[in-house]
Amino acid sequence: MSEVAAQVTSVDAEAPVRGVWRSLRRRPLFWACVAALGLLMAIAVAPQLFAGLFGQPDPRLCDLASGSQPPSAAHVFGTDRQGCDVYANVVYGTRASLSVGLLATAVALVIAMVLGTLAGYRGGWADALVARLTDVFLGFPFLLGAVVVLTAIGSRTPVVIALVLAVFIWPTLARLMRASVRAVRDAPYVEAARAMGLGTGRIVGRYVLPNAIGPVLAVATTTVGGVIVAESTLTFLGLGLRAPAISWGLQLANAQATFQTSPHMLVFPGLFLVVTVLATITLGDVLRDTLDPKAR
Amino acid sequence: MSATRYTLRRLAELLLVFLGVTLLIYLAVFALPGDPIAALGGDRPLPASVQAALRVRYHLDEPVLQQYLRYLGGLLHGDLGQNFAGQSVAAKMAVRWPTTIALALTAWGIEIVVGVGLGLYAGLRPGRLGDRVVLAGTILATSIPVFVLAVSAQLLFGLHLGWFPVAGDDAGWPMAYLLPGAVIAVFGLASVARLMRGSVAETMRSDHVRALWAKGLTPRQVVGIHVLRSSAIPVTTFLAIDLGYLLGGTVVVEGVFNLPGVGNLLFQAIRAHEGPTVVGVATSLILVFLVVNVLVDLLHSVLDPRIRHV
Repeated sequence: MSEVAAQVTSVDAEAPVRGVWRSLRRRPLFWACVAALGLLMAIAVAPQLFAGLFGQPDPRLCDLASGSQPPSAAHVFGTDRQGCDVYANVVYGTRASLSVGLLATAVALVIAMVLGTLAGYRGGWADALVARLTDVFLGFPFLLGAVVVLTAIGSRTPVVIALVLAVFIWPTLARLMRASVRAVRDAPYVEAARAMGLGTGRIVGRYVLPNAIGPVLAVATTTVGGVIVAESTLTFLGLGLRAPAISWGLQLANAQATFQTSPHMLVFPGLFLVVTVLATITLGDVLRDTLDPKAR
Repeated sequence: MSATRYTLRRLAELLLVFLGVTLLIYLAVFALPGDPIAALGGDRPLPASVQAALRVRYHLDEPVLQQYLRYLGGLLHGDLGQNFAGQSVAAKMAVRWPTTIALALTAWGIEIVVGVGLGLYAGLRPGRLGDRVVLAGTILATSIPVFVLAVSAQLLFGLHLGWFPVAGDDAGWPMAYLLPGAVIAVFGLASVARLMRGSVAETMRSDHVRALWAKGLTPRQVVGIHVLRSSAIPVTTFLAIDLGYLLGGTVVVEGVFNLPGVGNLLFQAIRAHEGPTVVGVATSLILVFLVVNVLVDLLHSVLDPRIRHV
């Protein structure tokens, strides 16, 4: 009996996915974002392949005598104050920014899925508890919260920063998840699964989650961009990554002191940062438009 | 729901969030593992009697909950702790509030004028070139980190063009505040413009606007009076919430533009690794944010009674 139910709804569950894919495939904006993010991911995974393309490939091979030089053939993006190649540093900094953004969002997404589903499916006291909890976290600007926590924590590895940021971004995703789960909780196919006596775990895992997760994933994509901005802002303030780590935020923080005489130190890492964030935010928007046409 | 009951409910919510936020801060700062007293002596450990005396003096011998209540009591009396030089953080902040408030209100004004203007412009011609340019601009504006924008604006408008002072508040209001205010406003401005655009486009299609056209009103009357007013409601809700964020968003911009406000105090304290000042200032910014939000919400419910029923 339950096998039949599984077959019937698995067809149902896949149909919207195929529809989404069909309309996504036709949007040039979608492919532009995917291409930009794909390239950035490749850079993050294997920076050495890209650093060697132009001029001096080693981000840590610095020559003080040739510091603060504008872009030239030897250094396409110029050099920073310590004489390090800006291009090589931008390439190697990609990993820090992207990994903080992806890790923080992934952790927040897991928390949001568990608590949001619990609140949305169970309702009652679980719902009230999660609602109050998200009230507290959404009650203040999350940058200030991150400032307080990071000041108290001494260590500043990408993982620590990602976890701290995850603590402050899960509530938005959890609220969305809750609303999304509530919307499908009483759908006929869920009722049918319940009437067949399937276990709660199976109903949630097979029927509720796949149909509720779409809008949350779209917003989570946008969140990746937000986290990357937050990480670079915290680093700029002196609370994020620290040298000898290589990251865009650090490059930008160092560039601030001399931006009058050598703006190239600011422009190139800034450009990479903006393109990354723009690509994730736009991809999130495109996904939301496709998954949830009503919200347009 | 009556106005009194709504007010009471909002205040109760404020209290709950206040307790939650302070507990969170307290746990993050004071209850994390690590023993500050033992670390005081450095390589030469302090004698046990001195350690015990210090623990009693700073109430570290009490249970965590009691310590938290003591911290909360101090907070309610305006005690935000002391910096490393022994000065009261609250006193250092007091003289800086006017700058921060002036900056936040300047940003708010820019956000309202430019955001509503752009949204109106785009909403009146949906799908056309001007609309697309505004929409693309709002997405771009939200993806530039505020410090990159601040430093770039400083470089372009302050240094190269010389339209505004590069940093500091010697020029006074408004000249010294316009550029930093605009930088803070950009993020919220993008949301205002998008909200306003959607709202205007929807209102223009509505029956009552069609009736106004049929009545023979001029475009100026239809748009200037009727469309503007009925499109403004969702935007005012957003603007109200955003005021609190603007106060918190002054940290980076005051630091970059060297305006002597509360945000700059936090900026400097972070760079100087002055933990107590950082926590004190951040805490009070968060509390101000909470209070501003509730005040604005209550005011809003007076202006638009429908909100109480949501």
